[in-house]
Amino acid sequence: MTTQRAYFDHAATAPLLPAARDAWLAATERAGNPGGLHTSSRRVKSLLEDARESVAADLGAHPTEVVFTFTATEADSLAVLGGSRLDPARPGVVISAIEHPGVAKAVDHLDDVRIAPVDAEGLMDRAALADLVDDTVGLVSVQLVNGEVGTIQPVAGVAELAHARGALAHTDAVQALVAPGLDFAGLGVDMATVAGHKIGAPIGIGALLVRRELTLKPLGTGAGQERGMASGTPSAALASAFAAALAHLSSTREQQLGRLREVRGRILGSVAQLADVRVNGPQEDGLQMPGILNLTFSGARADDVLFLLDQAGIDASAGSACRAGLHQPSDVLLAMGRSVEDASSSVRLSFGAEVTDAEVDLLVATLPGAVEQARRAHDPAR
Amino acid sequence: MSGGVDSAVAAARMVAAGHQVVGVHLALSKNPESFRSGARGCCSLEDSHDARRVADKLGIPFYVWDFSDRFRADVVDDFLAEYQAGRTPNPCLRCNEKIKFAAVLERGLALGFDAVATGHYAQLDAEGLHRAVDPAKDQSYVLGTLHADQLQRCLFPLGDSVKTDVRAEAAALGFGVAKKPDSHDICFIPDGDTAGFLDRHLGARPGEIVDADGTPLGEHGGTHRYTVGQRKGLHLGRPAADGRPRYVLSIEPVANTVVVGPKERLSVTRIEGIRPTWAGPEREGQWRGHVQVRAHGEAMPALVETNGDHLVAQLDEPCTGIAPGQAIVTYDGDRVVGSATIARASR
Repeated sequence: MTTQRAYFDHAATAPLLPAARDAWLAATERAGNPGGLHTSSRRVKSLLEDARESVAADLGAHPTEVVFTFTATEADSLAVLGGSRLDPARPGVVISAIEHPGVAKAVDHLDDVRIAPVDAEGLMDRAALADLVDDTVGLVSVQLVNGEVGTIQPVAGVAELAHARGALAHTDAVQALVAPGLDFAGLGVDMATVAGHKIGAPIGIGALLVRRELTLKPLGTGAGQERGMASGTPSAALASAFAAALAHLSSTREQQLGRLREVRGRILGSVAQLADVRVNGPQEDGLQMPGILNLTFSGARADDVLFLLDQAGIDASAGSACRAGLHQPSDVLLAMGRSVEDASSSVRLSFGAEVTDAEVDLLVATLPGAVEQARRAHDPAR
Repeated sequence: MSGGVDSAVAAARMVAAGHQVVGVHLALSKNPESFRSGARGCCSLEDSHDARRVADKLGIPFYVWDFSDRFRADVVDDFLAEYQAGRTPNPCLRCNEKIKFAAVLERGLALGFDAVATGHYAQLDAEGLHRAVDPAKDQSYVLGTLHADQLQRCLFPLGDSVKTDVRAEAAALGFGVAKKPDSHDICFIPDGDTAGFLDRHLGARPGEIVDADGTPLGEHGGTHRYTVGQRKGLHLGRPAADGRPRYVLSIEPVANTVVVGPKERLSVTRIEGIRPTWAGPEREGQWRGHVQVRAHGEAMPALVETNGDHLVAQLDEPCTGIAPGQAIVTYDGDRVVGSATIARASR
C-alpha cells in the first residue's frame, strides 16, 4: 500500500485547509467560554462574532442569521423539524426525492411528507412540485447541490413557489459552497444548511442560516445559545476555521472553478475509450457542480472498482450510504430511474481545486484498467 | 476475517511472512443485525468491527464483501432443501465449498490476488491436505469437500499450532479478540434452535412415527425435526414392548414418516456415498484408509472403494448415527483423500 494517497472523496470531506488550521489553532489556544463576562471570555466571544460576521458576509446573510451548529445534520434537523412545526394548519412538508439523509431521515418524524420526483439527471420536476405544494404545506426543502451526482437544483424558483403558496423554503446547501455558491438573500430561501468540512475546515462546524424574522423551536434543551436554537457552548475556534475556509473560497472561487472543470475534463477523457460508461447528472455547466463526477460503469461492481483504486493509492467512494462496511445501491440513482444493478455499478469521484496534477495523473492512468478488471471479475466471460 | 481469534492470527502470520495481505470480512446476510448473537455469531456487525480492528492493528487494508445473495442461494436454501428431503446437511462444509473457497477465491483472483488464507486448522503441503497438529481443533473434515485446484490457492497458517498458542499469540499482538469465545453455532441460526428455524421456514408437516415393521407408534410435527440416531424428544406415549429405548433409524420424506427402533438397528458397517470429490489425485478401486463422518468424529478404519460417481466404505467396526446428507471424508493416514455425500448406510 502506498502511503501517499490521491484523494478523490472531497464530497465526503475535504482536506484541511492551512488557513483553516491556523485560524482554529489560534482561537483554540485561548481559554474562555464565549458566554462568560470576563475579559478572556469576551475575547473568545469576539472571535466567535468575528467568525459569524465573516461567514455571513461570504454567504450573503446578516450575522444574526448565522446559527452555528456542530454538524450539518443537526442544522437540517433543526430546519426540517423546527420549520415544519411553526404553523399547525400547515403540517405538510415537501422534499425532493434525492435529499441527503440529514433531511430525508428527519422527515421520518413527520406525518405529512410529500416527495417531489426528479428526472433522469436528478433535476426537480417543477410541475410535480407545484402540484404537491398546497395550503396545508408549511415547508419545502430542496437541496441546492446533490452530493452524489452534483446536480444543481433551481432553488430560487422553489423558494418563489413555496412563498407564493405560503410555505417556508429550506435548502441543504452543504455541497453548494464552491459551485454555484450560496447567496442566502439572493436565493430567497428562509433557511439554508452549510458545513465547514466540505471546504477545508475541520469536521465539527456547521450552520443553519435562518432569516432574521424567523425563530425555530429548538430540538434540544439547554442554555439557549445561538438565538435559542442550538444550545451548547459554541466553538469559537471551529467557527473561526469555517470563516477562514469560506474567506479563502470567496477570494479564489473563479480559479477554483477553472481547476475543477479542467480536472473533470481530464477524468472524462480517460474513460472516453471505455464502453458502457454513463455520466450521471446534467452535463451543462450551470446545472452541474464540476467537482462531483458520478460515473456508472455497467457490468462492474462499484465495490470492485473502488477496491482496485484503493489498492493503487486512490481514495474514492460510491457516494451512497454505507451500512456495515458495505455500499448500498444509491437511493439517489434509483430515484433518477437507474436499475439496482446500475446503481451498484456507480462510482463518485469528487475533488477540490487543491488536487495535484500527480493525483490526477494517477487516477487517469489507473481508472480505465480498474474498470476493465472489475468487469472481468464480475463476468469472467467478458 | 470472521472477527474471531483464528482468522486474526492467520492474517498476522501472513503479514509476518511477508505477503501483501488484504483483510476481507464476508457479509452473509442482507441485514447484518440478523445474524447476531453476542460474540458467538459469525456474521454480525460486532464481528465485522472486531475483524476491522485487527486489520487496523496489522496495518492492512480491510473490506467487507457482500456475498449475502450467494450465501442465501448456495447455503441457506440448500440447507432447507436437504432437510426437506429428509437428509442432514452440514452448512459449514457447503459454505467452504461454495463461498469461502469458491466465490471469495474467484473474486480475489480476479482482483489480482494469488490465494485465500483462512484461520482453519489444517495443513497443506506438496502432497495435499492434512490434519492439523491440534487434534481437538482439526478442521480437515470441513475442508474435505475442496478440490485440488481450490486447495492450490489456499493457505492455512494455523495448521501447525495448537489453539492455546494461537490465543497467546493474539494476546501478545494486542488483539482485542484474544479471549473471544469460539463460535459453535450455525451462523444463520444464532440462537442455536435449528428445529425452530426449520419450523419457521418449512412449516409443520405432521406425520407418523413408525417402527421398523411400519406399525404406527406416534405422531411427529415434521421430519425435519429428527435426525438419525436421535433418542430424545420422540415423545412416544408408551414404551417399547421390550422396555428398551428407541432411536430414530431413518427418515422417509416421501411417506413423511420417522422410523424408530432399538439401538442395535442403528449400527452400520457399510456407508454408501455419492458425488465424490478429490482433495488430491482421484483414487479409483479399492484401498484401505480411514473415514470420518462428523466434524469432530473419530477416524474409523475402513476398506474404501470408488467406482465413478459412487463410493462405498466397509467399516472394520460398526458405528451408529449415520445420517444421509452428511459428508464422509476419506483419509490416507493424516492426509485427506476426498469426500462424498452419504446416500445410505446399512449393516
